Parts: sequence; structure tokens; C-alpha cells
Amino acid sequence: MTEAGAAHSAEHPPYLAHHFTDIEQQNESGTMGMWLFLLTEIMFFGGLFATYAIYRLKYFEGFHEGSRHLNYQLGAFNTAVLIGSSLTMALAVRYAQLGRRKALIAFLILTMVLGIAFIGIKLNYEWTADYHEGLIPWMGFHVEGANAAAVRLFFCFYFFMTGLHALHMVIGLGIMCVLLRMAAKGRFDSGYFAPVEITGLYWHFVDIVWIFLFPLLYLIGGLY
Amino acid sequence: MSTHVVPVRVYIIIFLCLMVLTATTVGVAKVDLGAFNTLAALTIAVIKMLLVVIFFMHVRHSSGLTKLFIAAGFLWLMLLMAFTLTDVGSRNIPPQPEGWGASTVAPSPQR
Repeated sequence: MTEAGAAHSAEHPPYLAHHFTDIEQQNESGTMGMWLFLLTEIMFFGGLFATYAIYRLKYFEGFHEGSRHLNYQLGAFNTAVLIGSSLTMALAVRYAQLGRRKALIAFLILTMVLGIAFIGIKLNYEWTADYHEGLIPWMGFHVEGANAAAVRLFFCFYFFMTGLHALHMVIGLGIMCVLLRMAAKGRFDSGYFAPVEITGLYWHFVDIVWIFLFPLLYLIGGLY
Repeated sequence: MSTHVVPVRVYIIIFLCLMVLTATTVGVAKVDLGAFNTLAALTIAVIKMLLVVIFFMHVRHSSGLTKLFIAAGFLWLMLLMAFTLTDVGSRNIPPQPEGWGASTVAPSPQR
């Protein structure tokens, strides 16, 4: 028994789990599992987007008026920051594939810096300004005019959707802290980097959600 | 799974494309195109999404089974959107107008 066990563990590297034939199959299963999780996330955000579509059709003018209250320049800048963080994440995965530990750590840190910058801009410049302008429902909301109720509904969507998106980013940043620790300990090499790859998939997904949120929230009212 | 290592150049090009598309979507929003503003914004967003999915998320080098998973997910999302919007969009269709069916040459009434 012990002899067989020793022979068995000698056959494969320590990071290859027992029930997989080879590392290819293990990686394939991990990627697919992550995609399956992301599909549930697509349906989760999809429900919100569908609800948004319904109410935007119902309260067309109010949603446009609400959208025009938002600072699209900050939104566009944040879009660039987030897409930039996707680039650095993709590069982090690339250097993990190549087994270049220092480059992996550098790009993970860069991704986290950009992610924190995104949340910082949102909190510090956008949500704070929204609060002072009285755009937050239940927190001193005051918008005058015939469409006030619909504008309020728009801002319910705005804060719920951007809030959930920001929550996803905070979770992603937490996961990256773990990755940094693992990378610093030398747990990854060119044969094993599945956690980095899978975190990359999650981060790009969060980026995609923002790619849809940006036009639907900031640009839908028109800038003309 | 991507054991395939993509050159840095590809990532940079995709990033620049995404930046150009972001600028485009802002630019288009400054022009009054009526209903086409929403269509243009969503079309650009879908193109950006595809660039991220195919290149950053390595779907180009993924297995057929992973691609099938992703396609199934998007199909389900489309079902959610399509059935929701056809339901909501068809709720306030006016009732059958008077004289409908009495004559096939009757002019269609104003909606």
C-alpha cells in the first residue's frame, strides 16, 4: 500500500490532484468550473439588466433625465482604468504561464492598484458628489420636476448596479491578495498557475459588466 | 485552458481597440441619433465584450466544450432578455379594433 502510494505520488507533481489523468485535464476542469460560475453571474446580472430594460422602456424620459445627472467624463475615465486593469491582469496570467514570478507579482500589484483607483474614483468623486447633489434615494434625495419619481428609480438602479459591481471588485481584490501571498511563497510555476488564470477570468468578467453598465447608465440620456 | 502563451503585442492591440471603442461610444452619445443611440451603444458594448472574452479570457484557445458552455450561457441570457421584453412590450397592445375581420379591405385603424 505505502509502496504503491509512493510510486503513485512519484508519477505526478504535487499540485496534480489524484483524480485527474494529467495537468491538462485538471486545468480544463478548473477553467470550465469557473466558466460555469461566471454563467450564474451572467444570469444574476442579466436579471438586473432585464429589469433595467423594462423600467427604461416604461419611464423613458425619467431615465434619460437621471442619466444626464451623472458625470460621464469620470465614468469614461474609470472605464479606461478598469480596461487597463484587465490588460495588466491578462499580462499577469501570461507571466504566470511563463513561470516568471517577479513579473507575475508586479502585474498583480498593478492590477490591484488600478482596481483600487477605480473604486476610489467611484467613492470619492462620484458617489460623494451624488450625495451632495441629493441623488441618492433614501439619503436626502431631492430632484424637482415631473419625472422626479422616475429619476429616483433610475438612481435606485444606478446605485444597486454600480454597488454590486464594486462589491465584485472588492471580492476580486481580496482574491488577488491571496494570489500575491501564494506567488510570494513560490507556489506557482509554468506547470501550475490555475488560480491565477481563474482569477483572471473573474476579473475580466467584472470588466465586461462595467462595459455594459457604462453606456447604459452614463450615456443613455445622450450628451448632446 | 490556455497552455498557449499569447504574445504581449496581441494584448496591447486589444487594449488599444477597447480604448478606441470607449472613445467611440462617448462620441456617438454626443450625436442625436434618436433610438439608434441605444442601438449603437449596445453594439459597441457587445464588440468590446467579445474582444475581452475571445482574447483576454483566452476563449480563442479554449476547448470546444468550454466554448459550448459559454455559448449556452449567452443563449440563456438572450432567452431571459427576449421573453421578458416581448412580454412587457406586448402588454399594452390595443384590443381588436371594431370591424376587424368583417372586411379584408378595411384600412388598418390608427394605433
